[in-house]
Amino acid sequence: MTGFAIETAGLSKRFRAQMAVDGIDLAVPSGSVFGFLGPNGSGKTTTIRMLLGLVAASSGSARVLGTDMPRGVGSVLPRVGALVEGPAFLPFLSGAANLRRFDAADRSAGGRSRPARVADALDRVGLSHAADKKVHAYSLGMKQRLGLANALLVPRDLLVLDEPTNGLDPQGTREVRNLIRSLAGDGTTVFVSSHLLAEVEQICTHVGVMRAGRLVTQGTLDDFRSTGAVSVRLQTPDVADARAVLARLGLTVDAPAGTPARAGGPADATRLVTARLDATPPEAVVAALVAAGVRVRGFEAAHASLEQRFVELTGEGFDVVQ
Amino acid sequence: MRAERRGSTAALFGSELLTLFRRRRTVALLAALALIPVLIGVAIRLAGDAGSGRGPAFLDQITNNGLFVGVTAIIVAIPLFLPLTIGVVAGDTIAGEASHGTLRYLLIAPAGRLRLLAVKYLSAGVFCLAASLTVVVVGTLVGWALFPIGPVTLLSGSTVSVGEGLLRLLGIAAYVCVSLLGLSAIGLFLSTLTTVPVGAMAATAILAVVAQIIGALPQLDWLHPWLFSEHWLGFADLLRDPVQWASFADNALLQAGYILVFGALACGRFLTKDILS
Repeated sequence: MTGFAIETAGLSKRFRAQMAVDGIDLAVPSGSVFGFLGPNGSGKTTTIRMLLGLVAASSGSARVLGTDMPRGVGSVLPRVGALVEGPAFLPFLSGAANLRRFDAADRSAGGRSRPARVADALDRVGLSHAADKKVHAYSLGMKQRLGLANALLVPRDLLVLDEPTNGLDPQGTREVRNLIRSLAGDGTTVFVSSHLLAEVEQICTHVGVMRAGRLVTQGTLDDFRSTGAVSVRLQTPDVADARAVLARLGLTVDAPAGTPARAGGPADATRLVTARLDATPPEAVVAALVAAGVRVRGFEAAHASLEQRFVELTGEGFDVVQ
Repeated sequence: MRAERRGSTAALFGSELLTLFRRRRTVALLAALALIPVLIGVAIRLAGDAGSGRGPAFLDQITNNGLFVGVTAIIVAIPLFLPLTIGVVAGDTIAGEASHGTLRYLLIAPAGRLRLLAVKYLSAGVFCLAASLTVVVVGTLVGWALFPIGPVTLLSGSTVSVGEGLLRLLGIAAYVCVSLLGLSAIGLFLSTLTTVPVGAMAATAILAVVAQIIGALPQLDWLHPWLFSEHWLGFADLLRDPVQWASFADNALLQAGYILVFGALACGRFLTKDILS
């Protein structure tokens, strides 16, 4: 057994002329909560489909829980719970009946414990009250919960969750976050794809970022954030002086963050100046500012947010994927 | 271990049957089939005999013996109604799951592709049996309620008791069920080609009609022995004395051939297909 729940080598998928996934070497450590990030169309879902044996790789290999896929589908997938590209159920059956049906499809799941396990899974996602309602009458959020319940029908070693909080209200999102935390606490590896960066930041220990079919980076969340540039945020009314000082120190000063809200505003209103700190220690910056008579009302040196790092890696705007 | 595996494949089959027969559409299809003998029975009861030689075979026998309602209804249902219902059920097997998105969840459960295909085909087969039994059983009940029942005069002129007549009706239901298994295999294969169930359903039903049109063209005589519809009306041989089992066997062999060929095609397609739905 390697220390990785998911390990791929040069995994690729070509759809006709387009490389949907282009030679990715994914390494998801056992026990981690791995955030799989990337803009729409960057190949996240295709990768997940290959990991689960739904789509055959054009080249490269994938190991899930130490077994080659897709050859190990029969032995590995009972240990994997998954939510792939949104929940899907037969609308004319009740939520519980849909779960019983998927459970019956799993050869390794015992029939005797089925009703109890279905009730348990429904309870875990707060759907017990709607167990006998037809899925047809479920809201999007309820379907999403039912999809999570399906992934939790038996104890799993790995959970693959594609956009698990899609369609959930803030409370639901919070519950899912807590659920993932408690599952991870029990030792389940969670592989969660998302583009909600705030989500990822709160629950993940590791991240991997996809762009146009390639894995542009992966590692621990802390490494990911600290490799980004440190920037300073300065609150001051003396904008022009401050910019001059920062520029003299060799910092890359960002363009002014817009004109004051009102033309007739007070002359000494506090404004924000931001700049990229490269090698200069932050305390030297403050000393220089004070020495130059700039009124420093607030100063912060911080790593770029996950969102900034994400945009750095995947490009900005709508045309990020060719 | 092996016993447990078999047991759980039975569980999947059971769950599939439950899903199929609890579905309102399936019930509606069977109700539509049941309507055929009801219509025939009621029409003849109200309007009386149309005189021999007109209308479908055995129609003129009904006023003498209600047991012929079921046989007449089967003859009426075979060219279009039965293939249509089979087309709906067999065409929906894989494409229906794909269109609901449930196919991917069945496969990652994991159901196993071959196992899922087998279970889907078996439940379509059970529907074939349910469909032919519906026509025959409802026909017999309608005949019993509306007409005199008595010993059955067979095509070869001899007469058998009511009990044996009922047995032969069951034999006809079995024959018709077997007749539809080849078409079900075609529907299953077509269903693996698309994620639009209506397409697979329509294509299956159309093929059934095309096969019968070809079967009616003497110019295409050489092709007839290979048509899955070739023996569809051959169940009359079950109404002879002694029973002519040869046509039953010919039909079974032909249908088995279709099951083999289209089952293999369905496997070839489905076992390696990228599931993108």
